[in-house]
Amino acid sequence: MSIRKLLRGPSIAAAIAAATTVLLTGCVGGAATAPDDAGKTTLHLVGYAVPKEANNAIQKKFAETPEGKDVTWQESYGPSGDQSRAVVNGLKADYVNFSLEGDVTRLVKAGLVAEDWKSGPTKGIVSDSAVVIVVQKGNPLGIKDWSDLTKPGVKIVTPNPASSGSARWNILAAYQQVIANGGTDAEAKAYLTKFFNHVAALPGSGRDATNAFLQGSANVLISYENEAILARQSGEDFDYILPAATIKIENPGAVLKDANPKANAYLDFVLSTAGQEEFVKKGFRPVSTNTPVGEVVGANNPAEPFPVPPKLFTISELGGWDAVNAKFFDEGGLVPEIQKATGRSQ
Amino acid sequence: MTPSAGTVEAEQSAPTTPAGTATNAGGRRLPRAKSATSLTPISGLGLGIALMWFSLLVFIPLTAVLVQASAGGWSAYWDALTSPQTLAALRLTVGTAVLVTVVNVVMGTAIAWVLVRDQFRGKQLLEVVIDIPFALPTIVAGLVLLSLYGPSSPLGVNWANTRVAVFLAFLFVTLPFIVRTVQPVLLELEHEVEEAAASLGANRLTTFRLVILPSLAPAITAGAALSFCRAISEYGSLVLLSGNLPYSTEVASVRIMSSIEGDKLTEAAAVASILLVVALIVIVVLDLISRRVARYA
Repeated sequence: MSIRKLLRGPSIAAAIAAATTVLLTGCVGGAATAPDDAGKTTLHLVGYAVPKEANNAIQKKFAETPEGKDVTWQESYGPSGDQSRAVVNGLKADYVNFSLEGDVTRLVKAGLVAEDWKSGPTKGIVSDSAVVIVVQKGNPLGIKDWSDLTKPGVKIVTPNPASSGSARWNILAAYQQVIANGGTDAEAKAYLTKFFNHVAALPGSGRDATNAFLQGSANVLISYENEAILARQSGEDFDYILPAATIKIENPGAVLKDANPKANAYLDFVLSTAGQEEFVKKGFRPVSTNTPVGEVVGANNPAEPFPVPPKLFTISELGGWDAVNAKFFDEGGLVPEIQKATGRSQ
Repeated sequence: MTPSAGTVEAEQSAPTTPAGTATNAGGRRLPRAKSATSLTPISGLGLGIALMWFSLLVFIPLTAVLVQASAGGWSAYWDALTSPQTLAALRLTVGTAVLVTVVNVVMGTAIAWVLVRDQFRGKQLLEVVIDIPFALPTIVAGLVLLSLYGPSSPLGVNWANTRVAVFLAFLFVTLPFIVRTVQPVLLELEHEVEEAAASLGANRLTTFRLVILPSLAPAITAGAALSFCRAISEYGSLVLLSGNLPYSTEVASVRIMSSIEGDKLTEAAAVASILLVVALIVIVVLDLISRRVARYA
């Protein structure tokens, strides 16, 4: 008994000593890995995951400019909403790149981004895209437009508009295309109800939805043009259709108030022709029309990758995100109401 | 006779009593009494560290959840919980978790039994494989389950985006709990006790019911509690597999994620606090069952 106790005593002490040593060395290590040599600048980028490769390519080009010389990057990528909340909760950021305006607005409300962040020529937007309809190779169901999605046998997968902010583009496109084609609000609601009757799955994010579609969970995927092009660039075999009426997706980028001044130079570079070209290569539409668009691998027609659909509407035509969220997505909004009706009948 | 008997008694009692008190005072009784009422400096330090650790990691975060949930007042709390979509999600989550736990109690105990009592080829491999659901990131688990039980299933089934998928995902991530809690207890169980029961005429079922089960009961219920709590909080494996269809396959954690994405933290905390209460109730009920079964022993 007493021997065991004697042994137990020192072993606790040893454990504490060991733990303390680990903690101390951890702290020392942490301090040592952040050297801020004179002339070197570390910029922190926090963003959503999809444009990571485009951002990295832009950073490489930025490094060749006088402002970008000696800039090193510390990056964090994840779901847009989560990343935005992380910045509010103290994640260090100089430049943020999100998929939704609301994720920057959250930072404005928290006092981290200046109120006038949308005063630039592109109104705070750094890349564009469009909602598209993805179908199986060869389009066996012969789908051409939104109206074909409510035909018998069509099973739709689209990311969950409740848990993924960017999934809301898709629902808005499906609704507003009715209005754009001269329909009424009631007709648009009726279409959206039929649309939800054909929804087979609402995976967590855009990428999850693509995976579920590729696994065969459904025969139609509502996605973003850049996501479709990127998947085709990485070897996935499916077709996508740009509907005659669809919504323009706008992804914002912003510099934080207390950011290193070089972050402003970076944002300018992102919006320059050189920066926009890198977004184009990854399937995003450029924010300024005078960006030369070269060949885009993975697009339906690589030589002319971004045809402008006859009716391309924007979020501001729907009244902006605040109005849209209240009307469509919040508790008591149109989408929960439709889901209640269609979910119960399933 | 009498005096001699008296002296014998006296001789017997006289030397033993002082000796007994001496040993009690010197070696045995004092330290034991001391350890029951007060702590040595080392064990005091240990208790302090344990409590501090527990507070930092469990008590304070849990309190924060409850504070957050009550931030919007009772009406916000009530609104969040009476939303039919949330109620449907909670019903599905808790119902499926109960079902999964029941299956695990039977299958987990059976697997532990096979692993401890039987010798067969590949046993070592099975021992290792059991823990894989613990190690696999749940999103990967979801992908694996989707390719196995989804539309391109080699088994010819398609359970993706149905409630069966939710059940399977819960089952997958909770499998190891009961196996791993029951196994060591089963290993410690003395074979002689069962032999004794048999020699007294008990058949195998009676032996199992009256001898083995009561000893295993605490381990089974501990595993069941872990398995239930793990199931009600599952999220990762479902994002691909269940389809997250409201009123059909949407689970509580997806509702929580949705509330967070909509910047409605009170709503999220309200749903989370309900899950905490449900978990607490289940743990208490399981504990009561365990005590009841163990009383047979």
